[in-house]
Formats: sequence, structure tokens, C-alpha cells
Amino acid sequence: MKTKAEIEASLPQLKDEHVQLLKRLSNASGVTWDEGEIRSMVLEQVKPLADDVKVDVMGSVIALKRGTGTDRLKVLVAAHMDEIGFVVTVDDGDGLYQFAIVGGVDVRQLPGKPVLIGKNRVPGVIGARAIHLTTAAQRKEAIPLETLRLDVGEGKVEVGDRVVFATEFWQTERSLFGKAMDDRVGVVTLIEMLKNNPDNIDLYAAFTVQEEIGLRGAQVAAYNIEPDIAIAIDATPAFDFPSEGEKENVTYRTRLGDGPAIYVMDGATLSDPRLVSHFVHAGNEYSIPFQLRQAGPGGTDAGAMHRQRAGIPSISISVPNRNAHTAIGVVYKEDWEHLLQLLHAGLSSINPGILAQER
Amino acid sequence: MAEVKNFLKEIISLPGLSGYEAPVREAIARHWEPLVDELQVSRLGSLEALKRGRGTEPRHSILLAGHMDAVGLIVTQVKGRFLRITDLNGVDPRVLPGQPVVVHGRKELHGVVIQPPDNLVEDHKNRAPFGIEELYVDVGMEAEELEELVHSGSMVSFATTPIEMGEDILAGHTMDDRTAVAAITYCLEILRKRIHSWDVWAVATVQEETAYAGAYTSGFSLKPDLAIAIDVTHAKGPGTSEKSIPDLGKGVALGQGPNVNRGLYDRFKKLVEELEIPHQVDVMASHSGTDAFALQVIRGGRASMVLSIPLRYMHTPVEVVSMKDIRRVGRLLAEFITDLDDTILEELQKEVEA
Amino acid sequence: MKQLIKNLVETTGPSGFESEIRALVRAEVESYVDEIRVDALGNLITRKGKKSEGGKRIMVAAHIDEIGVMVTHIDENGFMRFTNIGGVNPFNLSGGRVRFVNGTAGVIGVESPRERGSVPGMEKFYIDVGARGKADCPVKVGDAAAFDRPFEDLGERLVSKAMDDRIGAAIMIQALKELKSSPNELYFVFTTQEEVGLRGATTSAYGIDPEIGIAVDITGVGDTPNSEKMDVGLGKGPALKVKDRSLVVDPRIVDWMVRTAERENLPYQYEILTYGGTDAGAMNLTRAGVPSTCISIPTRYAHSPSEMVDYQDVLNCVKLLLGAVSHPVTLD
Repeated sequence: MKTKAEIEASLPQLKDEHVQLLKRLSNASGVTWDEGEIRSMVLEQVKPLADDVKVDVMGSVIALKRGTGTDRLKVLVAAHMDEIGFVVTVDDGDGLYQFAIVGGVDVRQLPGKPVLIGKNRVPGVIGARAIHLTTAAQRKEAIPLETLRLDVGEGKVEVGDRVVFATEFWQTERSLFGKAMDDRVGVVTLIEMLKNNPDNIDLYAAFTVQEEIGLRGAQVAAYNIEPDIAIAIDATPAFDFPSEGEKENVTYRTRLGDGPAIYVMDGATLSDPRLVSHFVHAGNEYSIPFQLRQAGPGGTDAGAMHRQRAGIPSISISVPNRNAHTAIGVVYKEDWEHLLQLLHAGLSSINPGILAQER
Repeated sequence: MAEVKNFLKEIISLPGLSGYEAPVREAIARHWEPLVDELQVSRLGSLEALKRGRGTEPRHSILLAGHMDAVGLIVTQVKGRFLRITDLNGVDPRVLPGQPVVVHGRKELHGVVIQPPDNLVEDHKNRAPFGIEELYVDVGMEAEELEELVHSGSMVSFATTPIEMGEDILAGHTMDDRTAVAAITYCLEILRKRIHSWDVWAVATVQEETAYAGAYTSGFSLKPDLAIAIDVTHAKGPGTSEKSIPDLGKGVALGQGPNVNRGLYDRFKKLVEELEIPHQVDVMASHSGTDAFALQVIRGGRASMVLSIPLRYMHTPVEVVSMKDIRRVGRLLAEFITDLDDTILEELQKEVEA
Repeated sequence: MKQLIKNLVETTGPSGFESEIRALVRAEVESYVDEIRVDALGNLITRKGKKSEGGKRIMVAAHIDEIGVMVTHIDENGFMRFTNIGGVNPFNLSGGRVRFVNGTAGVIGVESPRERGSVPGMEKFYIDVGARGKADCPVKVGDAAAFDRPFEDLGERLVSKAMDDRIGAAIMIQALKELKSSPNELYFVFTTQEEVGLRGATTSAYGIDPEIGIAVDITGVGDTPNSEKMDVGLGKGPALKVKDRSLVVDPRIVDWMVRTAERENLPYQYEILTYGGTDAGAMNLTRAGVPSTCISIPTRYAHSPSEMVDYQDVLNCVKLLLGAVSHPVTLD
């Protein structure tokens, strides 16, 4: 196991190669059930890095990087490959298609958006009635999903095609903008962890499927792998808007710029307190900024993992993501870098003794 | 043609509410016994039937699941000559007033669901539907006799007699999901005269309507390599006219979505086209609401598929189905099973990795 | 038994933070069991006896976690916003007291309602521990608390917070102490995280792989003014579960419970709960399936800080549990 100085020296930095990989993954299409394009890119990245790579029956990629030395903890780290989006349900003729939402997307995020449909990424739009043709009273109501259509003009799509927002990733000095930050940031993070794996553990990197509709890939992966510890890395909403006058914003969930978010409790999991202390300690020890995610609704792959077999101590650590589950999410580069560092520091300093005391 | 209908008419009339499936299980067991090599009952009461394949051991297995539990009601209170009820597992109270029911007390008691007069219920808006807690069941007995025979916790089933509407269409209660059991039976009949290399587990699961409990537990103990859930899906009809909904009598609905393995879906799509079996695609953005939800992920996971029989008026006592659709599912299953060989699992795996 | 109940209910232990209550239970049962361990989710798993002729492996479960709250934000004046742990009804909050796992006591306040007479959403409530600001606040974001009311012995009736499900734990502890012999291999499990989704029971049952499951938990009643229409009432005996939202009990198991109650000359009632679930629902789904039920203690004002049970019902639940586990289980 590394010394404190060694760990400090080996803390990862966020590099342009990470951002470029994120850009490719963010721009690619991988709506729940249709993760193939993401999976191919992940396989391409991890095959040269891992000791063993498998795709399981659900379609999750499991890459193993063994550590060295005795008494290694078996650590499962999960990041999900699927994103929220839509699916074409009915051909209405004239290039118009009805569609359903896949995963949790607020219907108010839909009108007036460009989309890409199917394997061939056929361009289309979700239109909206012109303002000239609406009344003030109508504009007070959200446009119902049943009235929205995908318009592909003369393009050719099929019922059953999955659909993504047609967002093109971009970056500024401080921020990253793109769709599917949830959880392509996690995916790149996990790839980086394989590249620079802490050698005191056996790292099972699970790139899971079907998280957005119920943590399904993680359930199967954790059952099969039977790790000692499981960690979900995800992107979590930040509602860090300014307070209105006297009314302080107390439900921000996480804040951009405050570092990676360690979960104590969300809608699906009560993180193992031993793991929470460990990562909090690592953050303090190595001066890595971090925040505690406000307890509240939402869930990560940890929700499924901790309930497998006779129970698996689990935790989630995520990057804050403004405007989550919409066409364009916002992530701070510094938060992402600190996530990479916190995970590395925490896992490099972990040992089986952590589970010796009772939960 | 007559066999499927008669089988169905027989088994939908047998009680078998979630958790209480023994009566219908016994009937299904009698029908399956000559068609399979082994019959057993799971810890929770699912009927598990094994038809061995001819392949060399160790053989792979495919599990076909159709749930035998019915929706219904349960007695909450015995109030003098009347019974108070609540929903057991998914009944809209608005379809209840005036329905014939059977109360499973110490004896089977036939009765009717009664809605009280608007003015007798406090705070009730005139002509508004009643919540289930305001309805009564009347079995036409005096209080002392009733008390002896029924208690809080007695189960109540629909008692509507099946209605034949022409040669092909049958209406009745509990078509959800006994039509699937009929389809599986039809498949087993066909398989009697076919050679197949895989083992087939035909399972009439319990407690699908409450917790997919039969699917989770039979999936766990039998650990099949492939699983197919056969269930019903909504069919277009009055009040249900969305274009995305399949049509009655127009064929098997192939599930397409997260509870379904893509490779299996592709194979079933190809097979129905080759066999010229009428079919429709049932696009599911999220979960299927079938036993596949459990079978797909339990005990390490497996490739799963959903085949559905279009049905009107789900969870009412007059569910409408087409016998043709049932036979189509049965035939499709038999063809798929006959085609199974040693290479499919590897191929499915390769396709995921591609 | 009242002292045991008092000690259990007055301990702070919201879901996920059960170590203190677990230690208390452990001290009570240690000398009565053959094996004792704690699993990955903090469940306290004890075993008594081995299977003999005609015996079965039976898992008996009561959950030691209670509902509570977790701090999400501390404002500059020291007022704390929170979210719920488990099923908390805002109806029961205003003016209540909380006790944090670290011992700090607090009061629940609420913003002035816009509409008189409406119940505000949880986001309008806050906790006041008497701090002046963030700096002197003895509580941090992420800290958890349970509701706080002392145990009250009304003679025939007992009142406290956390009867759900410390009363179940008390019943199990008492049964363990009185247990003389059994042909069955008994696992008495004090589960965690039931209130947030039967999580502890899910994993502990998987680890134990029992043949029969018996949860011991509270149920609602229909004997208070204008209540839910339910036949269950205080003082009419243990309630034998027929159905709740997590489970329809196997009729053979219902029969077994009825026969046991009749053999032991105990009063009983049938229980149908239209909302809620128990650890029995989790045990039912375990592995190849575990026919399960729940011995339910009728409870008024469930999930409020003043849950009320009937002491005779509690004693009869002990007798029923002993009657069920001390003999061979015969299901027709």
C-alpha cells in the first residue's frame, strides 16, 4: 500500500484527453436499452487497460484490474452507460412520429428541441405551436406529451428507435456543457481509474446498463461479482440557484464548485457510514474539496448493489451536474478533477480493516 | 380451436387469487401431467413442469412463465348481513357495482357487489363513483349464519361466466393471465410431437400481480439460461384508442424494451416473419409489468423476452381475447424452442459484445 | 417486560443509524443464543438451536430501525432543514421534538402557513436546537435524528415513539428468554433499514436461507374515531396477517397461525392492511421462496411520536410466537 506522500504524488489531474473522451461519449447515443454505441467505445478504451474484460448478459462491461500484494479488497465501482431520452412509438405519417419518454425527463424540457433518432442518427425536431397562435392562458399550461411529435421531414426512422437530444458538447475555461453528463463523466472517470488503478485493491470496473429505469445492470453485476465494497460514481443534480430575496435556497442538493458529492442518504441507499467516514477522511487528509450531497430523492447504482446477496457495503460519490436530465447539463472541470482525486486517494488508502468494525 | 377455448373456460372459472392459487394449480397440473416429464410445486406454490430435451447433458434450459394468479378482492369486515371488501391486487372500484362474485369462506358463497344509495354515505357527492371501502357484498344471508362462514380475510373472486362472442372471441375474468397458461399448454401439446434439444421449464407462476414473487423465486431455484414471460397487453378499444396500443386479434405482441434481450427480440421478430405469424411490436420505454422484470435479473441474470396477448378491458370481469392470438403465441413458442441449439447463447453473447 | 420495552423504545436509532439500539438488543440476547453476528447492513443475526426430526429453519424478524429525519441544510441563524427517513407525515411534525444520534435535542418549528388549516409540505419545517448560527451548531448536515417522546405506562396500554418496531424486538427478546425447547433451527434477526424499504430483511434472509419467515411488527387499527375501516382493534389479541402491500400470506401459514393461537388458548384477529409492508414481504421473495407471515401488534397512531399498544396483546404475541416456534411446523 502506498504512503501518504506516494498517494499525493499520484493524484490524477484532469487533462484534455479526458475532456476529449467525454466529448465523444457525450455526443454519442446510448438511451436505456440502446447502449451499444457507448459500449463499443468503452470496450475500445478498456481492453488495453484491463487484465480481463467481459460483457455480461445484460450488456454491462466488466473490466477487472488486479492489484498486487496480499489481502486485497474486492472493490466494484459502477458507472452507467445509459442516458435518458425517448423512443419512437407510432408513425403518424407525413414524417411525424409519436414518442414516449425513457427515464425521468420533465416534459417541459421537450418543446423546441432538435433530436437525433436511431442508429443512423436521423435528425429531427420536437416542434411547438408558434407563439402567435397561442393565448396567454394557454401559455400558462405545460404542453402535454400527447400533443408533441418528432418531425423528421423526409428522413426515415422506425417505431422502436431510441432518440437523444441533438446536443453538441462544448467547453469553456471553467465548465463543460453537454448531454448525458449523467453518467458519461462517470464512465470517463472509471476508465481513468483503470488506467491509474490503486494497486492495493482488485478493481472491478462495471460500466452498467439500464440505470436510468431502475438500476438493473448494477443489480446483476453486483450479484455476479460479489465484491467486498461497491461504489457508484454518477452525476447528481445541482439546484444551486440564487436565493430569491429573503428566501434562501435550501434545497440545492449539491453546488457546482464545492467538489465531488459524497452521499449519506438518497432515495435508494443509506451509504455505509464506514465508507462515508473513510472518504471524508481522505478528502481532508489530501486537501481535496468535497461536499455532502443533501439527502433527498434520487438513486444510483448503489441502490441495487447494496441489496445483493447477503448485503454489500456501498457508497455513491458523484460530480455535481446543473440542469440534469435535460438537453444540456453543466459540470465544473474542477469538480471533476476533485472527483478523480478523491476516488484515487480514498481507494489507495483503503484496506480490509475498514470492514472489521460493525456497520 | 375448441381445445384452447375449453381449456381456458375451465381454468378461468377456478379460484386462484394471488397467494391462493392452489385450486387452479391443481387443474393445470392435471392438464400438464401427460405433456411433461416432471411436475413439482415451488415453495410459494408455483407449478413447475419440466419437459426434457434430447440434447446431450448438461442441457441448457428455457423457462416459459405465465402467471396463474387472478385479481380480486378480500373481505375486510363482516357487518351484519353484509361484507365490506377491499382491493386485493389491482381492481378499479368503478367496475364493481352489480358484479357477481364468489366469497371463499367455509363454503363458496355466491353474491353480488352492491353500491349504496348516494344519500346514505356521508360527504358523498351525488352520482360520483364510490371508493371500494363504501361498497358491500351481499350473499343473501342472515348475520348469524354469515358470521359462521366468513371472516375478515376471506377472499373474493369475480364470478362472471365466460361469454363466447363468435367462434374466435371469448370474454371473461382472469384472462390475465390464464390465456398465457393456455398458450403455454398449446405449446407443450405441439412439442409432444417435436424433437428439441433444450430442457423446457413451463411455469405457472404465483403472485405476479402483487410482487412477481413466483417469477423471482422460480427464476432463482431453476436458474434457466433463457426466460420468456407470456402475459397480456392492452388492446385497442373504447377508452383505449391510442395508436401505440396493439389491436385485438391481430397477433402476438413482441415486447421491445429494457426487460427484453435485444438478440432475443431480433430472433423472435425474424421467426414471426418467417412463419408468417401475425404480430405487432409492443414498444416499452421502461418496464414490461410482467414476470420478465424478475426473471431477467434474478440470480445473476439471463436473456429474457416478453410475448403478449392483446386483451381489452384488463383487470375487469369482461376481459376480451382472441383465441387465434393465444394459439399464435403457443405456436411461436414451440417453433422457437424447436430451433434452440448449442450456439444461441454464444451468439447472443457475441452480439452484445459487438 | 415493561422495563425492557421502555429501554428499547427510548433509544435513538433511525434507519441507517442502528448501532446504539443494536448494542442494547445484543446485551439482552447474547446469553440466550448459540451464535450471534452482525452482517454487512448492520443486521443483528442470532441463532438458537439446530434442526432436529421434523424441524425447520425459521427466521423471526423485527426491525430495530425507526423513522426519523436527516439534516439537509443549516442556515446562518442555526435553523436546520431536513428530509424524512422512512414514512414521515408532516401532519405529525409541528411542535415535536427530535433527538439526534449524537444526543442533541431539538424542536420542530414550521413557517407560517399561507392558508390556515392546511398541512405544509416538509420543506416548510425546520429544527431548532438552540444554536445561534452554523458555528455553534452541535449538529452537521447529514446528521440523523429520531422523534422524541418518553415512554408512558398507562397500565393496560403503553405509549411511546418507536413502538414500530421496538415492541416487535421486545416480543422477540422476551420469547428468546422464555424459550424452553424447539425442534426448529431458529434465527432471531433484529433487522435494519426496514422503514426505507425492507432492506435489512432482504439481505439477512438471503444469508440465512430459511424455510419459514415470521416477522413481528405493528399493524394499524380501526377502533379510533372515523378511522380506516379495519376490523383490528386494541386488546383483541395478536393480529394474524392475511395481506398487506408487500405480501399475501400463504393460506396454509394463516391456518397454522390460527391453529397455534387456538391451541395456546389465545385471542387473535385477522389483519388486512391496505397500505404498508413488513419484513415478511422481503422474506417471501428470498431465494427459492420463503412462505412468510407477520405476527402483528395492533397499534394506534402508527408513525406518530405516540404509538399506543395494549400490554395484554403484547404478552399474547410473546405466547403466540413461542407457540409457533417451539413446535414442529405442520402446513397441510
